[in-house]
Amino acid sequence: MSNAIGEAAPSGGTSLHRFANPGRFLRLSGIVLPWLIVPAVVLTVGGLGWGLFFAPADWQQGDAVRIMYVHVPSAWLASSGYFGLALASLFSLVWRHPLADLAAVEIGPVGAGFTALCLATGSLWGKPMWGAWWVWDARLTSVLVLLFLYLGHIVLVRAFDDPVRGYRAGSILALVGVINLPIIKFSVDWWNTLHQPASIGLTGSSMAPEMLWPLLVSALGFTFAFAAIVTARLRAAVMERRIRGLLMAKAGAR
Amino acid sequence: MTHLPYIVASYGLAVLVLGWFSIGAWVRVGAARRRLAAIDPRRERGGG
Repeated sequence: MSNAIGEAAPSGGTSLHRFANPGRFLRLSGIVLPWLIVPAVVLTVGGLGWGLFFAPADWQQGDAVRIMYVHVPSAWLASSGYFGLALASLFSLVWRHPLADLAAVEIGPVGAGFTALCLATGSLWGKPMWGAWWVWDARLTSVLVLLFLYLGHIVLVRAFDDPVRGYRAGSILALVGVINLPIIKFSVDWWNTLHQPASIGLTGSSMAPEMLWPLLVSALGFTFAFAAIVTARLRAAVMERRIRGLLMAKAGAR
Repeated sequence: MTHLPYIVASYGLAVLVLGWFSIGAWVRVGAARRRLAAIDPRRERGGG
């Protein structure tokens, strides 16, 4: 079976390959994208504005607690973005899904950007609170490893003349790197760290509602923004691949 | 407001990162759409 993007696809996983058609993907993503952009803008601006101007200062941290409204959502997206990258890599390796290849390539730089933002804002919070820009704490170090995994993936998928070999190598790296996600999550429980333990769990939160709500709104906004950016980049990548295919077909016909 | 420089730097970085990726994606989609329309106008109908 040959899919519309132009790579051989294995038998099976037919329902997945329905979405490998570039025209179908472009139509579907064109409908979905405005529904991602509008909540992304509204919730991000609303959440950050709420956190910056209306949420109360912390009795211990003072106004430095407002950095949390940027730091925590970017940390959430750093990890969940990597999970998305690993999922795309799994689809790429197992089902040879061509959109999954492109998704993995497009998630990488965005995830790296959010991870860098998480580390930078953590550092900006750490200096006034801990008296240091950086400590080799288990949480900080594991997130730094996550940044290196993202950067490694970005380099690896572009390191081969044959893009398919790059996708496969990048997928293996992304899947191996998944081991880092539970290490990040549980680092504050497994080791005696300077970084505080999780304030939000599945069963509840130790945070005051006046701080929790703007944080949740901001996190939701960042999530929509991440999804919108990746979807837009993926649309561009699909069109660019189509352009390359058409130009090669024209060159071959001469 | 206490720790103002750190707070401004954090929010500034957030705007920078989100803005950079958003504008980058928007420009890239626009360029790809125009290029695709130029060489394959029929595809552009569904490309939106």
